[in-house]
Amino acid sequence: MAIDELTRVSDDLERIEIQLLLEGIYQHYGFDFRGYAPGSLKRRLWRRAYAEKVDSMSALQTKVLHDPEVMERLLLDLSINVTSMFRDPTFFLAFRRKVVPLMRTYPFVRIWNAGCSTGEETYSLAILLKEEGLYDKSRIYATDINDKVLERARAGGFPLERMRDYTENYIRAGGTEEFSTYYTAEGETAYFDTSLREQVVFAQHNLVSDGPFNEFNVIVCRNVMIYFGKSLQDRVHDLFHDSLDHFGVLALGHKESIRFTRHEQEYEEIDGPEKLYRKVGA
Amino acid sequence: MSRELVVIGSSWGGLVALEKILSALPKDFEMSIAIAQHRSVDSGAGALSAMLGRHTALDVCEAGDKEPIEPGRVYIAPPDYHLYVEQGSFALDVDDAVQYSRPSIDVLFDSAADVYGDRLVAVILTGANQDGAYGIKRVKRRGGLTIAQDPATAVKPDMPAAAIATGAVDRVLPLDEIGPALAQLGARQTDGSRA
Repeated sequence: MAIDELTRVSDDLERIEIQLLLEGIYQHYGFDFRGYAPGSLKRRLWRRAYAEKVDSMSALQTKVLHDPEVMERLLLDLSINVTSMFRDPTFFLAFRRKVVPLMRTYPFVRIWNAGCSTGEETYSLAILLKEEGLYDKSRIYATDINDKVLERARAGGFPLERMRDYTENYIRAGGTEEFSTYYTAEGETAYFDTSLREQVVFAQHNLVSDGPFNEFNVIVCRNVMIYFGKSLQDRVHDLFHDSLDHFGVLALGHKESIRFTRHEQEYEEIDGPEKLYRKVGA
Repeated sequence: MSRELVVIGSSWGGLVALEKILSALPKDFEMSIAIAQHRSVDSGAGALSAMLGRHTALDVCEAGDKEPIEPGRVYIAPPDYHLYVEQGSFALDVDDAVQYSRPSIDVLFDSAADVYGDRLVAVILTGANQDGAYGIKRVKRRGGLTIAQDPATAVKPDMPAAAIATGAVDRVLPLDEIGPALAQLGARQTDGSRA
């Protein structure tokens, strides 16, 4: 075979191996990564492979299927996404200016923070609601696929060294207080005030496999679906659409969009660039 | 075979190089173009695409996640995201920087090679690091056409030189010949077939 042909065969073989790995994980552990965006998934799988000192997807499959601790590590790789407090400050600014007024018209507000990861986004929302005087009439349901990650989110502690960046974000996001009043430093960790957790429920939920569990006025799901392939995204959008009240607000990540999804026509833009949408279709 | 997608990687000095290349492309250019230009996180949203859009007859935009890849359009990787090519559309992610770069040229080239194989053209331009050298090897292995800017015409020669050193570059062209070369590849012949 010519070198091109050999390459094609080995690339095709890798594709098959990845498929088998994902199928094995699904059948053995119940986690379904089969619909994730292939490019970024492949990169993360290889990172885990190098870390586990194996040099093929088949070898990784052997480790993953026979050693639950390897699966734990892989799950963390695949479910921890880069996050920070008040990430994309202009989003929070737009949320304050355009979504908060809408929320004031409801007697009670239910917010779903889907894919909350380690909680940075959740605590940011909590702080924003406190400052806008809406916290006591709100309830935030913060969900994630990974129990261990939720534990961290519940603990509310973040590396102290990140607080300077977070303070800057907070200010640019329209924060009205001294950011440091929201946490206490203990060693190298900044622990956020327990009062911020009063109206927050952290619970496990799998966007891929679980159905709706409530109806919400606001759904915030940012930079989670970016890791999903197109048809999985469409299914999650079905779920969100079913979970949103009429005129409910959907907030997506900076580079995500309602465009190119099958529910595009059922939302109107509250703020296009900041990815804030309102459900208008039934 | 006919080429359908051009992927371009550029870094230091890339703005001027991209303007030059894009300005040489005609309005009926048929291939899609995806560009990973190393940019700072604070780059204004849309600033680069607006800037480049003024120098070309083609539509220039920042690629969105799951945005369909359309012929004759120019897509730019947004600052601080990796741009992937998938079947029929782009995908973005914010995973670790690769070779200190996000967007990473290697990531763009590698994913494009997987999907487009021999329907791909890859171009490496001026830059001060080695991003893209691995990617250009992948493109070549999958049958793509690989072009590097002649380092002598580059503001920073390291990046094209690193690509050339891999032995995987088909053509080394001075900057002002790259645009016309792409124009020829992306032109429709008078009998309706592609170049």
